[in-house]
Amino acid sequence: MSFIDRTARSFLLAELVSGMALTLKYMFKPKVTLNYPYEKGPLSPRFRGEHALRRYPNGEERCIACKLCEAICPAQAITIEVEPRDDGSRRTTRYDIDMTKCIYCGFCEEACPVDAIVEGPNFEFATENREELLYDKDKLLENGERWEAELAARLEADAPYR
Amino acid sequence: MELLWDGYIEPLVWIVAKILAIVVPLLVAVAYLTYAERKVIGAIQLRKGPNVVGPFGLLQPLADGLKLFLKETIIPTSANKGVFIIAPMLTFILAIIAWAVIPFDEGMVLADLNVGILYLFAISSLGVYGIVMAGWASNSKYAFLGALRSGAQMVSYEISIGLIIISVLLTTGSLNLSDIVRGQIGGVWEWNFVYHFPMFIVFIVSILAETNRAPFDLPEAEAELVSGYNVDYSAMTFALFFLGEYANMILMSGLCAVLFLGGWTAPLPFLDFIPGAIWFILKICFVLFIFLWVRATFPRYRYDQLMRLGWKIFLPLSFAWVMLVATFLVVFDKVPA
Repeated sequence: MSFIDRTARSFLLAELVSGMALTLKYMFKPKVTLNYPYEKGPLSPRFRGEHALRRYPNGEERCIACKLCEAICPAQAITIEVEPRDDGSRRTTRYDIDMTKCIYCGFCEEACPVDAIVEGPNFEFATENREELLYDKDKLLENGERWEAELAARLEADAPYR
Repeated sequence: MELLWDGYIEPLVWIVAKILAIVVPLLVAVAYLTYAERKVIGAIQLRKGPNVVGPFGLLQPLADGLKLFLKETIIPTSANKGVFIIAPMLTFILAIIAWAVIPFDEGMVLADLNVGILYLFAISSLGVYGIVMAGWASNSKYAFLGALRSGAQMVSYEISIGLIIISVLLTTGSLNLSDIVRGQIGGVWEWNFVYHFPMFIVFIVSILAETNRAPFDLPEAEAELVSGYNVDYSAMTFALFFLGEYANMILMSGLCAVLFLGGWTAPLPFLDFIPGAIWFILKICFVLFIFLWVRATFPRYRYDQLMRLGWKIFLPLSFAWVMLVATFLVVFDKVPA
């Protein structure tokens, strides 16, 4: 009996037909495509994107040039040089991140005692040449100004878990 | 002068105009078949498919064509230059000229040959030459293996296609494609696929193999052969292969519509007021949809499975059907005059 059953099924193409019925059913299901440049997926507040250097609300740089980020960076992508400023406070004269070396591990952000260096939500910073990816202090501070609202919101959202 | 105009130039102009009236819409159809393929397969995989170039991505095929047109044609140094260039042209031309005998409507056919089906069969068999030439001329092992596979595959499946055509011809009694369609006038229950249903299925599967489409796309199996016979082709030479393959798909769908789905006839008699050409195009679209649907559903056959299916299942089956049909016609004295 099972032989007849098997033969009948294979001659009636039972498996092929059921497979095609399934694909036909899927054809009319709603699409899951995200129309990328116009629609974007949700990002966690912990998402580690492009770096930024933040300032205090009064405009003072947060970074105190402790070099913890430089020390912890596993890819050695960060270079810092320090000189005392005229008012006697420690400030960086140079803060470079080589974005081609960076592995986006987020250790710099975690090492920072004053929440100065952070990794923001921006992941669309492709450039046309390599040199543009060697970020200096001006570029990082500019990023901080541009993303500050979102950066603050992200830090606050993540604070309970830190 | 009068004779020259009436006897030669005027018919020539007419023929060229008719050829253009077939070839230009055909090329547009090929372009939009690639679009339809991407949309249908996208939909089945829950994607949207091309939707950026133009409204609903409708200009995508034009953009693709333009891209291929503007690229550089690279000819490998070890390739046989002449054959390398001729191969894609041959594939393309053969896919186009077969349309001469396809009847779009009553009397709407370029060449009403009384051996139309033989002509069509011969031309579609020649199609493999383009691929074999490409594989040989590229002087690359992947292309060569792809061409060998294609040759073996086409030879195997052509035999069962031939036998299926014979069983249709037995019931119709004519080799003329228009006559084959006329034999099916009168509604969906008169169409050949009703009487030859098992052969209709075998025919659909065989034309998939004949046009090198998934799940029988072994000649360009990208998993093992990079992309088979067309690895070394680029720009317009590649585009010609592509156009040829898709034009062949449309041709085979047309043949399927003529043989089994009643060509230009309406499925129900009261729908006769709709022009036959529209019915014919709708039937072609239906078969083409099956092509795309199958491609989105099934994984590729292994080579030995392909050969087993062709020689051990389809060949005996179609041969038995020819015998059955012939016996039936003789015993009940229904042989068409």
